[in-house]
Amino acid sequence: MADTNNKQVVADIDRSLYDFKDVESEKDFYRMAEGLTEETVLKVSEEKNDPDWMRDFRLECLKLYNDIKVPDWGPSIEGLDMDKISSYVRHKSDMKGKWEDVPEDIKNTFERLGIPQAERESLAGVGAQYDSELVYHNVKDEVAAQGVVYTDLESALRGEYADMIKSHFMKLVPPTDHKFAALHGAVWSGGSFVYVPKGVKVDIPLQSYFRLNAAGAGQFEHTLIIVDEGADLHFIEGCSAPKYNVANLHAGCVELYVAKNARLRYSTIENWSKNMYNLNTKRAIVEENGIMEWVSGSFGSHTSYLYPMTILKGDNSKMEFTGITFAGKGQNLDTGAKVVHQGKHTSSVINTKSISKDGGVGTYRSSVIIQKTAKKAKASVSCDSLMLDSISRADTIPGMDIRTNDADVGHEAKIGRISDEAIFYLMSRGISEEDAKAMIVSGFANPVSKELPLEYAVEMNNLIKLEMSGNG
Amino acid sequence: MSENALLQVKDLSVSIDNELPILHNINLEIKPGETHVLMGPNGAGKSTLGFTLMGNPHYCVTKGNILFEGQDITDLSADKRAKAGMFLSFQNPHEVPGISLGSFIRNASHAQTGAPVKLLAYKKALKSAMDVLSMDEAYADRDLNVGFSGGEKKKAEILQLLMLNPKLAILDETDSGLDVDAVRTVSKGIEEYQKKKDGALLIITHSTKILESLHVDYTHVLVKGNIVHTGDGSLVNEINANGFERFVKED
Repeated sequence: MADTNNKQVVADIDRSLYDFKDVESEKDFYRMAEGLTEETVLKVSEEKNDPDWMRDFRLECLKLYNDIKVPDWGPSIEGLDMDKISSYVRHKSDMKGKWEDVPEDIKNTFERLGIPQAERESLAGVGAQYDSELVYHNVKDEVAAQGVVYTDLESALRGEYADMIKSHFMKLVPPTDHKFAALHGAVWSGGSFVYVPKGVKVDIPLQSYFRLNAAGAGQFEHTLIIVDEGADLHFIEGCSAPKYNVANLHAGCVELYVAKNARLRYSTIENWSKNMYNLNTKRAIVEENGIMEWVSGSFGSHTSYLYPMTILKGDNSKMEFTGITFAGKGQNLDTGAKVVHQGKHTSSVINTKSISKDGGVGTYRSSVIIQKTAKKAKASVSCDSLMLDSISRADTIPGMDIRTNDADVGHEAKIGRISDEAIFYLMSRGISEEDAKAMIVSGFANPVSKELPLEYAVEMNNLIKLEMSGNG
Repeated sequence: MSENALLQVKDLSVSIDNELPILHNINLEIKPGETHVLMGPNGAGKSTLGFTLMGNPHYCVTKGNILFEGQDITDLSADKRAKAGMFLSFQNPHEVPGISLGSFIRNASHAQTGAPVKLLAYKKALKSAMDVLSMDEAYADRDLNVGFSGGEKKKAEILQLLMLNPKLAILDETDSGLDVDAVRTVSKGIEEYQKKKDGALLIITHSTKILESLHVDYTHVLVKGNIVHTGDGSLVNEINANGFERFVKED
């Protein structure tokens, strides 16, 4: 790509963008007593002004949370002490429709994250989450005029779409799924709701940018997107979090419903602080002829478990997953994808890139399931790992469970170390060793960055440079 | 004698990864604009000399020095040597996915000069250099060397040579594996560098075809890690006719 060049010569990244902590005092915040009890959950529910069914649902989830054991198959989460995590932090600010009305300190945070600029570049709407609550929400008129609903989940629970939420909320990711799904159900707070009505094609991406911003606070935002028959949407979620010393937990949940003949593209670049436990659950269900496309970048965090899952329910439904993971010093990132083929002639493509450096551990884990109803299904998996030194680690654990005899399945895995000879080749043209490595890694990541809108591709490249410099 | 030398190699001995000694007491001097040819049987250490001059960290200098424009560069990294004005055309150029040939050259120019590379002027220069090499412009947008044929890779190396304007270019078997037409095209590019830019050359080669249109000042014969003979341009023809037998015997 011609713009690769621009990406390479960008000035050194402004690290303060990712590491700053707001100097404001925390007195403006309302903080729950630390630890998770029925009282806490009820308090959350009361604060949110939940409908009765949601309050009961939360309590049910709390029981499940207490019953289900922590997963014993992935990276250790021993450093995570739920008793120390105040589950809910909310800024004393209500929803704002206009940028001018957003409180100054929050505005500063967003300005440093570049949200107004992103909006200027005609992104369709901005829903940015500050701590656990949406404080700024704006959908551009033309999108709203098409009947597209883009709002925070709390308002949606009480408004016109209340029934739709009730029939979809945590139906795709049930709280019984795993311990942290149950936790999410109990204390979820904030997040977006998008409904794209039948036949509506949203040509500009909808964007939501959220970040954690208080020490010891978990974030449990819920994203619910319903793309109705024949509709088309690109939704972008970007996250970054400032550095703190207390272990942080992120257990968000994303549920995506893609109806017949609809298409949803869901892109995320996650850049969590290096003490974050990112235990996020994302799932999509696709009806007949529907298309689900994932673009997923996982940066930062101490430990991640992230395997976006797609259920190809309808005949001829398709999914494509493109992902990249960068595990640096002290990080253990266990990422991948899962797909379940149910309908006939369903097809899936999984393409992932994983980079590990400075002793980081990157594990690619995937599961492709072709059920016996999925006649003539097609699945292709390609996972590519690059280790930047001899102390880092890359593993691939691709699982396949095929119950038909006419499936067309391909799998390709490559694990390699960055080549000294390639570095020398680039250096012999005047490029410094550090830049040569960054160039090789950016090139390795290019199949992912070219799937992203330009500004996100640039941001991802900056993140790679930041990680490469060893200070990430 | 060595006042205006571009490259001076003094009593240089080299081993790979500190184990296997390859080159012994090499002495070589190249002045600005001169063309030197390095010939020798397979395994004599020709490529080792090319890599060592360019600073490949796998090749360890166990004795002696390399001077470029009077400065000792023996311990400099490859990027610093490139910035000083050295270039190596690789025998097997690496494939680097995800970065296009065009933007790679632009990055390299930027890295070498430190100045911003003006896009329009750059594109114009790139086009005219590609014309010299009969290269389709589409190659500029293709990933660096990825899926290039042997001939395309060598053309891409010479394209970099023309764009980066070094003072000394070391060409490591740029003609090997090329058909007659490709050799002619590549040597047109080398001629352009030699004549229009007055660049100095150290050409490592097995054959003489690539040298036909070039004026050769000196020919060195490398056998078993030693330069056993140095002559003028006519030595190329003699070797072409009689092979290395007489030099091997001398050894």
